[in-house]
Amino acid sequence: MSETRETVSEARETGSEPILDVRGLTVHHGQLRALDHVSLRVFPGEVYAIIGANGAGKSTLLRTIAGLHQPTEGSIWYDGKDVTKTRPERRAVSGIAMVPEGRRLFGSLTVQENLQVGATYARPGPWTIEQVYELFAWMKDRRTQRAAQLSGGEQQSVAIGRALVANPRVLLLDELSLGLAPVVLQRIYATLPQILATGLTVLLVEQDVSQALRVASHLQCLLEGRTTLEGKPSEVTPEEVEAAYFGLRSAPASSPVYGGGSGEVVPPGPVGSEEA
Amino acid sequence: MVWVNDVIQGILIGGLYALFACGLSLMFGVMKVINLAHGDLAVIGGYIALGVIAVTHIPVLWSFVIVVPLMAVLGYVLQRTVIQAALNRSILTTLLVTFGLSVVIENGLLQFASANSHSLGAGSAIITSSFSIGSQITIAYLLLLIFAVAVVVLLGLQYFLSRSRYGRLIRAVADDQEAAQLSGIDYRHVFGIAAAIAFGTAALAGIAYGMYSQFAPTTGTDTILLFAFAAVVIGGLGSLWGTLLGGVVLGVSQAIGAQISGSDEFLAGYIVFLVVLVLRPQGLIARRGQA
Repeated sequence: MSETRETVSEARETGSEPILDVRGLTVHHGQLRALDHVSLRVFPGEVYAIIGANGAGKSTLLRTIAGLHQPTEGSIWYDGKDVTKTRPERRAVSGIAMVPEGRRLFGSLTVQENLQVGATYARPGPWTIEQVYELFAWMKDRRTQRAAQLSGGEQQSVAIGRALVANPRVLLLDELSLGLAPVVLQRIYATLPQILATGLTVLLVEQDVSQALRVASHLQCLLEGRTTLEGKPSEVTPEEVEAAYFGLRSAPASSPVYGGGSGEVVPPGPVGSEEA
Repeated sequence: MVWVNDVIQGILIGGLYALFACGLSLMFGVMKVINLAHGDLAVIGGYIALGVIAVTHIPVLWSFVIVVPLMAVLGYVLQRTVIQAALNRSILTTLLVTFGLSVVIENGLLQFASANSHSLGAGSAIITSSFSIGSQITIAYLLLLIFAVAVVVLLGLQYFLSRSRYGRLIRAVADDQEAAQLSGIDYRHVFGIAAAIAFGTAALAGIAYGMYSQFAPTTGTDTILLFAFAAVVIGGLGSLWGTLLGGVVLGVSQAIGAQISGSDEFLAGYIVFLVVLVLRPQGLIARRGQA
């Protein structure tokens, strides 16, 4: 991990091209402005974490990058090309894979069929269905089971596998923690180094701040659709994160919102599903 | 013995009803489109067969070789244009659009083919010949053939959906369009393929009906669509084998109804349809649960 992070900081600092460049993105859900001029640049090999509370616009951001929402303003550049108007399936084929919030497996299909669908238009690369079975040891024995019959954690693993077999260059992970027990989540996040070792870039969205801080090489915090903080995890203080997350203006020492003045980041657990 | 004969005739005619119904069921199962023009499309299949036979003089039984691919192409094109445009607005719009399509087709046929009835293959041996078991049971080869075709079509569909790559994609898209897009799948193309298959089966149904009975421009809605709906609802929406079961139940109830009183044939079928709708609205064979 530490190696990855160093190469990453190089990529970010030597001024090489970002693989994903989001410029001034504004997205509306009807009248509601879900994202307000959000920009971000993800460099190859990074683990870019977007944190924020419920309704901050994190999922909307990821879904717009995947092509499932059209922005009202701004543009999305992938690998040097403007993909703002590109259909989601074209983006997927060109190397942007997403593990959607709530896993969204094909419930009536078996585990193996889910992976086969993911591999239908795969780019050439290291990930095969067999590789996924190696990554998640339990999966092969249960490949003929219907996805709907799996537990939440198992479904999440299959959803990750389904995205991996497409051999994406950028992997979008939307709220992996949602509805999973901490132990299960730990096990899933433990596979991240192996996934990164194959040269992927990861852009993830998390409500679970401590989890995001643990894996991220770069961090961005959203609040009500706006960016409130951006930087390397090592460069931001817990107080800054806390303030950005809850929207407090500096010196949060006596804030009643979270009742603490300890300066510790309060990682709010996953609370229900995020609309949008 | 009379009753045994009724049941047998009912089962056999159920094959025809299953043929009416399976395309309707497929389109609903995959894209949630209730295609109100389904029966009219079957009738178009019948008229195309009429034309093909008049021009090429191929035997009526082989007309499907030309008619089914033609209708499949029409299905793909209509799905990618008119029906998809309706789907983009809302599921309810598809109801209006397919209803409109039905009206347009019927009036188009009235305009260009007149209101006269037509039948296919009149005079050919397969239409009229039959064999007897004992003194009471007479089985028409044609009905037996239609039943066999229905079973083969359902088996083929089942195999295609469960084993082939495109079948897998169709099921995936039916489960979750958005997730399919994230896997690089253009669901509109997959919808087109599902519609092509549905229209192909409708064409088969039209040819079969044309051989079994007579069709006119309004046959699509007043007979085929109604029976297809009844079979789908009795059998269970989205279940392929349910359509066969539904068709058979409908056929048997009609045969028994006719035996009780000649004028109650269709009434009996609709009574069973209503009873199933009230007591088991998911149909006799409910579709397997989804995520």
